[in-house]
Amino acid sequence: MYELVPKTDLRSAYIPDMRAQDILMPVAAGLCCRPGGFHIDPVRPVERAVITHGHSDHARAGHGAVLATQETLDMMRLRYGDNFARTTQAIAYGEEIRLGDVSVKFHPAGHVLGSAQIAVSCKDIRIVASGDYKDAPDPTCAPFEVVPCDVFITEATFGLPVFHHGLAADEARKLLASVALFPERAHLVGAYSLGKAQRVIALLRAAGYDTPIYLHGAMEKITHYYQSRGIDLGELRSVKGVKKADLAGTITLAPPSATSDIWTRRFPDPVTAFASGWMRVRARARQRGVELPLVISDHADWDGLTATIDATGAGEIWVTHGQEDALVHWCTAKGLAARPLDLVGYGDEDEAEAPGGEGAEA
Amino acid sequence: MNRFAELLDRLAYEPGRNNKLRLITNYFRATEDPDRGYALAALTGALSFKHAKPGLIRDLIAGRTDPVLFALSYDYVGDLSETVALMWPKASLPLHNNPPPPTLTEVVTTLRTLGKTELPKQLARWLDELDETGRWALLKLVTGAMRIGISARLAKTAAAALGDKDTHDLELMWPGLAPPYLDLFAWLEGRADKPVNRDPAPFRPVMLAHAIEDTDFANLDASDYIAEWKWDGIRAQAVSGRDQHGNTQVRLYSRSGEDITGSFPDLLPSLRLQDPFAIDGELLVLRDGRVQTFNVLQQRLNRKVVSPKLLKDYPIHLRAYDLLGEGDTDLRELPFAERRERLEAFVSKLNDPRVDLSPTIAFDSWETLRAARADPSPAGAGEDAEAVEGMMLKRRDAPYLPGRPKGQWWKWKRDPHIIDAVLMYAQRGHGKRSSYYSDYTFGVWTNGGDGEQLVPVGKAYFGFTDEELVQIDRFVRRNTTEKFGPVRHVVHEPEQGLVLEVAFEGLARSSRHKSGVAMRFPRINRLRWDKPPREADRLETLERMLKADSAKQAAAVERY
Ligand SMILES: [Zn+2]
Repeated sequence: MYELVPKTDLRSAYIPDMRAQDILMPVAAGLCCRPGGFHIDPVRPVERAVITHGHSDHARAGHGAVLATQETLDMMRLRYGDNFARTTQAIAYGEEIRLGDVSVKFHPAGHVLGSAQIAVSCKDIRIVASGDYKDAPDPTCAPFEVVPCDVFITEATFGLPVFHHGLAADEARKLLASVALFPERAHLVGAYSLGKAQRVIALLRAAGYDTPIYLHGAMEKITHYYQSRGIDLGELRSVKGVKKADLAGTITLAPPSATSDIWTRRFPDPVTAFASGWMRVRARARQRGVELPLVISDHADWDGLTATIDATGAGEIWVTHGQEDALVHWCTAKGLAARPLDLVGYGDEDEAEAPGGEGAEA
Repeated sequence: MNRFAELLDRLAYEPGRNNKLRLITNYFRATEDPDRGYALAALTGALSFKHAKPGLIRDLIAGRTDPVLFALSYDYVGDLSETVALMWPKASLPLHNNPPPPTLTEVVTTLRTLGKTELPKQLARWLDELDETGRWALLKLVTGAMRIGISARLAKTAAAALGDKDTHDLELMWPGLAPPYLDLFAWLEGRADKPVNRDPAPFRPVMLAHAIEDTDFANLDASDYIAEWKWDGIRAQAVSGRDQHGNTQVRLYSRSGEDITGSFPDLLPSLRLQDPFAIDGELLVLRDGRVQTFNVLQQRLNRKVVSPKLLKDYPIHLRAYDLLGEGDTDLRELPFAERRERLEAFVSKLNDPRVDLSPTIAFDSWETLRAARADPSPAGAGEDAEAVEGMMLKRRDAPYLPGRPKGQWWKWKRDPHIIDAVLMYAQRGHGKRSSYYSDYTFGVWTNGGDGEQLVPVGKAYFGFTDEELVQIDRFVRRNTTEKFGPVRHVVHEPEQGLVLEVAFEGLARSSRHKSGVAMRFPRINRLRWDKPPREADRLETLERMLKADSAKQAAAVERY
């Protein structure tokens, strides 16, 4: 005998065979949780948004209610102003709250300051939407935590076995060796303003570089926010108004697109560096005219993605934004149920950032 | 190997010559013998071993990776060696047993003697031991595909800088040196005397000319110069000398010092003389005493086998410009006028139809010379005028100096082809120019179905001054109609747009270009801010030039 469940009862607690797809499903606005009445990282304005981290493709303005970590909320406020949402609620790592018929718990994603994986549990099914994540050490944010689950939703930005990010500390040493070899030139490091730039600075400090580091105007606000959260970045200076000759032998951090713009003419014979996981592939680095590629990424590399999938113990893997094909193939070959989610609107921040009006003059 | 790999990696991205030099010199300073010597050999192309075929590399990776993942990766990366270097799985060796990565010396010396069947296993072992960059460099080295934009000259200059020595000195001794150049580095570091060049027929670094501009003539006195034709052949040095057994050695070198003796056996008997000598000249194909065009000469280039038929149909010839050495005397310090006299005597004494003298051009003013350049035939070039590329002006008192010394030799090329074209697209340049739009695609008008339209005919990134670059850059930024990645579409309407005067060396048919023609060496000659785009040239003009060029070439071939 089957019990007939009327449609209106879908949101009631009494559902005998809840499937993962009924808990979270991809819709045009993003990942939708019907039983919880919210969307995760919606790309269009929605009534209730749960947000993984502060990068602009995940954290957009215009939602009704927003649930995110304090840092993510602060970053949204910095970018969009005070009225970026009608109401906000901060949640800490490890904190669990009930939303409709599901419970939601935040875990560190190790991607940028305040970034979180969101575990959505309903009955005995747990789905983890990991947003963007990396399992490599990063002194500027809480370390990634493996969350055992039934369904793991993973990004695939670097979802090809050619991507091995290596040790970020080695890349910092490479940059410092170049500064030592070319003391009369300025070193200009393209790095995404939120997260990557601060991590590069922290890496340089860890490598023993203690002279002031210069900042492009577009990254000052967010970097000062990092400092206000207690992240030690040493002495930082605005590059605005500094004489060309005084920039010899210095390091300046700038948004990636600024490093190939007129803006660079203020530097003495600049060495153009770029900190990104894409720098592993020569054609990508050459395409951007990069002279000193630094393989430093805020996303997991191939080994990181596959090791994480293994560690979660999930039997089902949903793959979003990036090189889905290869990762789905790898999962299938391991006997895991895997499918691409085909969500649109999420990109790779390294390729996305424009310096903006403030930046061009900074 | 990893350190050498790091150097290659850095050089591959560094556009500036001086910065490249600094990187290489720094490597030589920080690296021990004999590794740095083998690195110098690798950079100067002096290493020889049998290269591994791409098929071997493919087999190695196929046995270690999932084919679907490999295909997706290769498709993304686009380069076999790089894909393999990045994808190569970490060796599952016990940690305490990890062998150190191979040194460059180990790789080079092993490859020299390794049998073909042992190669795959050895390569796999090295790939296990190296990191990503190391694997990439290793694969580039063993497949012989190490193209990193470094000339042999640059590598030698970097080595010379290690000891604050003149590259010229190093070039002089180079033919007598061999990898790993222990004696060279010992001298550069002041630990030993200068290595003696025991090569009986060494290469002398060549002297090159600057291109002359119209404005230069005002500062030059015609009576200080000797003029001769610039022949469109291959600059070469013919050297003869005796080895320690008293046997005569004859060698032909390209202008970069590459030994090209083997390609021109038909010339050697004429050069096998009792006394040593060194001639700077031009290799040309002569038929019935007439100089053939470069297109004809091309048949003799890059041939693995020089067949008797080739020798008969394309007889090679040396046209002498200069005499650098005679007997045991080095003539290079003498003034050109004196060397020229000795050369005339030498060639006339030699009296060989395969070797002749490059004639000088009589002139009393720059105006006479300008007329001769415009029409070489009545000015002495006669029926060889087609093979005249321009003129050389050499100071009478100039010694023979390596490189391109200022104000000594000038080349004055014949007028190139010139058209007015319209700027259509612009792309960012590289390196120093990466913040400017400095690569320009330009087009000419044609009637294409739905009326008058511009069709792209070429791309240029040379010829303009820094100031003009800034002007064009500004124009591009203000007149962009669309952006596609790094490319900007620039306004190109009949009344709106920028006309570029483009100079080029010649035209060829091309199926790769929509216009059907391709330019040789196009460059921006002038900016025509004064000209509206509608007055730019038409495709028909290029078609006419192309026909005229092909007719000349055909005539040159039929003459035989
Ligand atoms: Zn992100």
